[in-house]
Amino acid sequence: MARVDTRLPLDVGPETTTAAAPAGGRGALGRLPWPSFLIIVGMLLVALGAPLLAPHSATEQSLPDKLQPPAWQDGGSTRHLLGTDLLGRDVLSRLIYGARVSLTVAAAALLAGGGIGLAVGIVSGYAGGRLDSLLMRVVDATLTFPTILIALLLAVSLGQGLRTMVIAITLILWARFARVVRGEVLTVKGRDFVALARVHGCSHVRIMAMHILPNVTNTFMVLLSLHIGFVILVEASLSFLGAGIPPPTPSWGQMVADGRGQIASAWWLSFLPGVAILLVVLAFNLFGDWLRDWLDPRLRQQL
Amino acid sequence: MSAGPVLLELRDLHAHLSTRWGVVRAVDGVSLTVREGETLGLVGESGCGKTMTALSILRLLPQPAGRIVAGQILLEGEDLVPKSERQMRRIRGRRISMILQDPQTSLNPVFSVGNQLVEALRVHRAGPRRRLRALAQEALRQVRVAAPAQRLRDFPHQMSGGMKQRVVGAIAVSGPPRVLIADEPTTALDVTIQLQYLTLLEEIQERTRLAMLFITHDFGIVARICDRVAVMYAGRIVESGPTRELFAAPRHPYTQALMAAVPRMDESVERLPAIDGQPPALQRLPPGCRFAPRCRHADDRCQREYPAVFAVGREHEAACWRAESSPSR
Repeated sequence: MARVDTRLPLDVGPETTTAAAPAGGRGALGRLPWPSFLIIVGMLLVALGAPLLAPHSATEQSLPDKLQPPAWQDGGSTRHLLGTDLLGRDVLSRLIYGARVSLTVAAAALLAGGGIGLAVGIVSGYAGGRLDSLLMRVVDATLTFPTILIALLLAVSLGQGLRTMVIAITLILWARFARVVRGEVLTVKGRDFVALARVHGCSHVRIMAMHILPNVTNTFMVLLSLHIGFVILVEASLSFLGAGIPPPTPSWGQMVADGRGQIASAWWLSFLPGVAILLVVLAFNLFGDWLRDWLDPRLRQQL
Repeated sequence: MSAGPVLLELRDLHAHLSTRWGVVRAVDGVSLTVREGETLGLVGESGCGKTMTALSILRLLPQPAGRIVAGQILLEGEDLVPKSERQMRRIRGRRISMILQDPQTSLNPVFSVGNQLVEALRVHRAGPRRRLRALAQEALRQVRVAAPAQRLRDFPHQMSGGMKQRVVGAIAVSGPPRVLIADEPTTALDVTIQLQYLTLLEEIQERTRLAMLFITHDFGIVARICDRVAVMYAGRIVESGPTRELFAAPRHPYTQALMAAVPRMDESVERLPAIDGQPPALQRLPPGCRFAPRCRHADDRCQREYPAVFAVGREHEAACWRAESSPSR
């Protein structure tokens, strides 16, 4: 073998030129999906400040005022900006309080279902073998149940209510999370840094927590944000079917269902809560897209 | 390089993998020694058991298929085979470390380089974060990364392959280990960076006097960095000796054939000689010499009986019946 001077000056060459510092958070913020971000923040504020913001009680009936159209229509008044329903309740106030229900259900179900799914997915994917097969068959079984059916069954057996709703959605949700997270774990697990962590003396638990988890957090956050919309839809569907939050607590799905009979004469009853659902679900989905890019260190600089 | 006491010794190590197609005898009676400050090259073609030998040493054979069935792994005289997983965790990284082939996936993409170095340091020593940060910076400087303070903040994707592999090296020697296993650490690097990296490894070795087991199939690298070489074929070491001597006078027909297949810069040839046939399947090994089916010199005895190991020179041994009859120099 030809001997050349091997004492190359190691710290010269193009690869060692100091990279320009990344542009920091400003660039990323600049690309924030403002419309969806505003809708989300708005909804949070509305849900938190419902008692302050709502012009009327959400449950108090007033039959003389029933079926008033929104303020901008003939016969509408500024007392009820978005009109009233069949029992004379203020639609705007009900929408505002309905945001609370939707967000509470979404937060609780995602926390529980997402958390369980994340844990199961990581353990299943990392352990592999029999445990993996077993857990994934359970996931398969869970996913084959129609969502609505589980919820209806639970509503019948446990009784209607917020708690039942959260349990029902959690039962559906965890399997979806576990499936996707496990897939991610399988690709992460095969990379050398996991092997090197073992070589360096890390325990399995530490590897799962320090190496696997941060690498699937990205996917997990996106799943979360995308499923907020899903949960709100499921909650709305269940309430629509009468298996959700019992009246008189306002929920958007319930409002759509209640207004169905009057769709020809009082369009605002179903249409307005429908628009609320649409905006919020869309906002969370767009936000999820942005979040995915922002969480990826390789893409962050380009944003 | 002058060699000190034996740091790592394998004695008749057997490691098996149970697969759907039968028991694969991946490591089948390997014995070798590596001394302080010495580099032993482990060469052989793909699938001959080099990496499995390395994983056996760390007790990280693929689970649940892999198992050490016999033999001893002596690290500074202490047998690792009966050690529990908990005990092994304290040995890995601290006393034996390893560098893998592909720098692209050897670092965790979601953490900055500094974070990962600090994590590696923290596994084996306590201290305030700022102190560990300073140690990490020093570790980067030692692997000749320019502007280490800035580099600590970089993410792996912001670095080139060569630089990533240097960071991996810095993590590997952060223990600091007594034995370093390098499993084809330069295969994924281009040749100029390879040379830099080998020089760097030599520097680290000179400084820390660690024993290095260097797995490769590149004879050029062996000639460049290894003090001694062990040639592996089908789970066994067929020949070992000082690099210079083994290169000058290979005694095992397999080594001879491998050497003949290395292209030379001072001769031009139409075709490089190749070894006919395939290595034997490791779940159905022939009773005699494993190389016999492909060997030009094989006779009846080679087919029947596995050859004993014969000394053919100072520290130079070959497992071939022909080495018995031919007088050693």
